[in-house]
Amino acid sequence: MAEVRARLGTGCAHCGLAVPPERRAIGSAPAFCCGGCETAHGILRAGGLAQYYALGERRAAPVRPTGRSYDEFDHAAFEELYVSRRADGLATAELYLEGVHCASCVWLVERVPLLEAGIARAELDVRRSLLRVEWDPRAVPLSRIAQVLDRLGYPPHPFHGVAREAMRRREDRAALVRIGVAGALAGNVMLIAFALYAGDLQGMAPGERQMFRWVSLVLTLPALLFPGRVFFTGAWAALRTRALHMDLPIALALAAASVRGALNTITDSGPVYFDGVTLLVFLLLVGRYLQQRGQRAATDAAELLLSLTPRMARVRQDDGALRDVPTEALLPGMLVEVGAGQVFPADGTVVHGESSVNRALLTGESVPVVVVPGDVVAAGSENVGAPVRVRVDAAGSASRLARLLAEVEANARRRAPVVALANRLAGVFVALVLLLAAVTFLLWVGRDTALAWDHAIALLIVTCPCALALATPLAVSVAVGRAARAGIYIKGGDALELLARPGIMVLDKTGTVTAGRHDLVAWDGDPRWRPVILALEEGAAHPVAEGFRRAWPDLAPASLEGVRHDVLGGVSGRWDGREVAIGSPAFVASHGAEITGWRERLAGAAVTPVLLAIDGQVVAVAGFGDPVRDGARDALDALRARGWQTHLLSGDDTAVVTAVADALGFAAHQVIARATPEEKLARIRALRAGAGVRAVVMVGDGVNDAAAMTAAHVGVGVHGGAEASLLVADVHLTAPGLAPLQRLVEGATRTLGLIRRNMLWAVGYNAVGVALAMSGRLSPLVAAILMPVSSLTVVLGSWLGRSFVAAPVATTAASPATRHRRAA
Amino acid sequence: MSVLYLVIPLALVVVALAIGAYVWSARSGQFDDLDTPAMRMLHDDEAGETRSEKREA
Repeated sequence: MAEVRARLGTGCAHCGLAVPPERRAIGSAPAFCCGGCETAHGILRAGGLAQYYALGERRAAPVRPTGRSYDEFDHAAFEELYVSRRADGLATAELYLEGVHCASCVWLVERVPLLEAGIARAELDVRRSLLRVEWDPRAVPLSRIAQVLDRLGYPPHPFHGVAREAMRRREDRAALVRIGVAGALAGNVMLIAFALYAGDLQGMAPGERQMFRWVSLVLTLPALLFPGRVFFTGAWAALRTRALHMDLPIALALAAASVRGALNTITDSGPVYFDGVTLLVFLLLVGRYLQQRGQRAATDAAELLLSLTPRMARVRQDDGALRDVPTEALLPGMLVEVGAGQVFPADGTVVHGESSVNRALLTGESVPVVVVPGDVVAAGSENVGAPVRVRVDAAGSASRLARLLAEVEANARRRAPVVALANRLAGVFVALVLLLAAVTFLLWVGRDTALAWDHAIALLIVTCPCALALATPLAVSVAVGRAARAGIYIKGGDALELLARPGIMVLDKTGTVTAGRHDLVAWDGDPRWRPVILALEEGAAHPVAEGFRRAWPDLAPASLEGVRHDVLGGVSGRWDGREVAIGSPAFVASHGAEITGWRERLAGAAVTPVLLAIDGQVVAVAGFGDPVRDGARDALDALRARGWQTHLLSGDDTAVVTAVADALGFAAHQVIARATPEEKLARIRALRAGAGVRAVVMVGDGVNDAAAMTAAHVGVGVHGGAEASLLVADVHLTAPGLAPLQRLVEGATRTLGLIRRNMLWAVGYNAVGVALAMSGRLSPLVAAILMPVSSLTVVLGSWLGRSFVAAPVATTAASPATRHRRAA
Repeated sequence: MSVLYLVIPLALVVVALAIGAYVWSARSGQFDDLDTPAMRMLHDDEAGETRSEKREA
């Protein structure tokens, strides 16, 4: 450590890194590693922000400005998309900043208003590297603000998911490099440590012993300085914000043990601790990586959703020429050409051409809808028919898709309190460890100072939360992996924990507990009319027509003439010289048929009636309904037996919903019919407010459920749901029916059991370690065995424990899963 | 056992090479996506079939 600080003292005056010889300054003038740092230094001095250099810890990365003009930040199209104006004349925008690492970055970035007149406020969310800036557009253009940020080493980007995806990837690679390097170094130090311990037991030549100790010192230093640095920066940030963070005792243990180990190596006396130090760095990095990846998947949903919209659009200019522009530059009023098979880049109105549009992304309805000039199309839906010309009505953040996304993001932010609780618990743990180490030191310092150091360091090493840090993320990631193989995609570990305890399960009706399609469920009439019906419905894409075809797949249609599809919702034609008409009671009545008595023929079932009339006589009555999924009752009863409360929410008619609720055993007060998406959302919020510690789980399939799903503690998207609802869901079931839901809850319960067992092991090991260390019986050998064994127990426990079992339909579940991933 | 004085530094060099290779592979993005290639492999199988058919013909 001492070496680093010495290097910092003579390093770059801005970032502290080494200064290349050709840039060395003469005399007392500050030296810089690069032009970027020199510029940044100049800006800070001129702006009166020289205190930045008094901060104990600064961003140790050279400033690499892109030097861009950021002219596009002032463009009207950009402003339209990313800038919002407030009533008081100020403008606000969210920018994603590269290079934000630590507390000093927050300090610096939030002081940008002091550097440039006209900036009212800058607020940085360091976890997401998001800067919210408020400025007076009359005094300073946004491009100027962007330039300043750029020159300070934080190149800004308009915030949207795609660009961040690439940055995330870079961060991920850096984390993997750290883990790999730490692992390789730890493995080699451990090997040497085995030789040293063996030498302690059966004797070893002093020269060789000394060489082994020096080699492990040489291997430990890079492990501390490169992968281990994150703990020191984290601990420093915790100190600065006066919060007790897990990094604090870790950094303390690493620093104390390695300084002590290095001294002992030099003086050739006492234990060296290097095996413990390197293993600690490695295991903690692994635990952290697993945890981060798990959390990230959940928050990425919104950005993935955005990336489903196309990046480029083909604009028809006033002179008739076509030009490709990025979708960000689209403005209301522009004319856009959308070819067959392409996705609409913005909300708009069709002005030329006829086509059909697949709105599955937004509505989950997979039947394409016909659009003609004057019809409205939404961003994200697919043009499946012919090329059309569309006038843009709303683009970017104003589109329906983007507004949905904003709702999702806002809800995701509200979930933070769970994380806060974990941090508080970590704080208690940290305080306890530091206290115990201090007590140990005080207990022994009276007898022997060197011994007191050894015991206190041994305690810090042995209590380092390796097993504890691995216990939850490891069990969760193994369970998530197993669940994926069973056709259940889980995006966040917290979803698993919430599903493990009985709570309130709210189910959408259409498409969730029912199959979500029109099936023929009642029929009263002579079978000889069936071919006539098939002939009338032949070629029609209407759900009723498809329902008839599904019901009688082997019948050949009769031959008809003069078939006419009516806008009122029916079909008429001539069969064998007789007038035939099929459709709703109103349609059949409009064809002069006497329609009394059909209700009795359906025996009062809650179905959509379809009547067939021949020459003004109703000859057959068919009832269409949405059949309840197979096994739904069994799955729901299993959930209720576990203590779950089940609710049914639907936008459907009261009679239909009541019929389904009765069949599935929902209590009357737990059923709500005719609910709009807003009412669903309100219902979930009300349930949450009254649920206390119980989790509210929303199970749905459409975009109309998406807001409710994000408002609930856990959102579950079922098989066949709209792409958008699957993306906002914390859990995505790829197998049909409610049986996967039951498996999900059972698996979550088992996973929580596994986590508890892991925690018990970890805490047990820690307790034993603390007792041994405080009583002075913890030799480095015992510590070296205890620590990996405790982590190994947790690893094995997570791997061997039963969490999710593969579903019997795993093979059929594989294909939609693949499709979903590719779409994402 | 004086051979140790030669072998250990040699081992360190090998370790350095291995770490270098790993860092290169991680930075070049070979660990970015560990799921898709496993699935892609299944599709490659189909391509492999057509290749072998061609060879027979």
